[in-house]
Amino acid sequence: MSEWKMLTLVGQDKPGIVAKITTALFDAGAKLGEASMMRLGGNFTIMLMVKSDQSIDQLDQSIDSVVKAMSLTSSFQNIEASLHQHEIPDTRITVYGADRPGIVSKATTHLLDAGFNILDLESDVAGSEAEPIYIMHIEGIAAHGSDALEKAVEQIKTNGVNVDMTPIDVMIG
Amino acid sequence: MAVLDILKYPDEVLKQISEPVESFDNELLAFLADLEETMRAGPGGVGIAAAQVGNFRRIAIVDVSAKPKIKHNGCMILINPEIKTWDGMKIGREGCMSVPDYTGNVIRAEKITLQACNAKGELCDYECEGYEARAVQHELDHLDGMLFLDRLVSRRTDLFKRKKYK
Repeated sequence: MSEWKMLTLVGQDKPGIVAKITTALFDAGAKLGEASMMRLGGNFTIMLMVKSDQSIDQLDQSIDSVVKAMSLTSSFQNIEASLHQHEIPDTRITVYGADRPGIVSKATTHLLDAGFNILDLESDVAGSEAEPIYIMHIEGIAAHGSDALEKAVEQIKTNGVNVDMTPIDVMIG
Repeated sequence: MAVLDILKYPDEVLKQISEPVESFDNELLAFLADLEETMRAGPGGVGIAAAQVGNFRRIAIVDVSAKPKIKHNGCMILINPEIKTWDGMKIGREGCMSVPDYTGNVIRAEKITLQACNAKGELCDYECEGYEARAVQHELDHLDGMLFLDRLVSRRTDLFKRKKYK
């Protein structure tokens, strides 16, 4: 069993969430690994790798006062994880269009069928309330090559959805 | 010839500024051969700076000719290099032999012209674009103690904005 836990935390965005949570974890002797933190719809969200030999109950206890004071929701779970496992994406795909239900489902299903493994996905709803637009950036690995992926991209491009596929040519210097 | 040890960040000497080469002699030729061999020994290494092996002279080697379908100048030995002009901007993904297990997005000029001495000390002019221009800018940064980590741009904000205004 690895000593890594994943902390999932969410709450109304306000200054101090990161500093207070990470300080509580530091004070409890925990180490931090990779993280993704961002504001989504006015909430601040954290996915954070935490390494500790303490139990989940003990870790919950160590951040409890911050979680309560800042009205956050959090949970730790045991994960099988290790560092230095980065995969290098070879393709970036941008999907955007007038927002409507089904864009993500359709796009990612076609990408899956073409052998595309998503490493990273970020999306935003922008535009105005009356005319929202959906914008999604995906980075991943085209396991079946770019020809299969190009066909998938053509299939996603319907009903005004724009799809742009760019190879990520990593320069190692 | 020998494959030299690559310094890895957080070794602070990577932040040192390199000094111009003054004598073009046999010692320099031997070092250039070792540096090139070290670059080719790296996984996918298309460029190297002397600073990456702890030699703080203004020397870089770039050779992207193994990449299919791109413009390139072959194997460039760049001694006391100086970029003269920059044109365009592009985001691209970079990694570095001195920063293992990490790649990140960096904005670089799309086209550059530069002047550098070759191994004999003759001044040469180069025009580079795209992938090769990126590699040259990455290596020349090493000569000024800069890593691509100093130039990272956020994944989230920059990519789409650039597309929108293109």
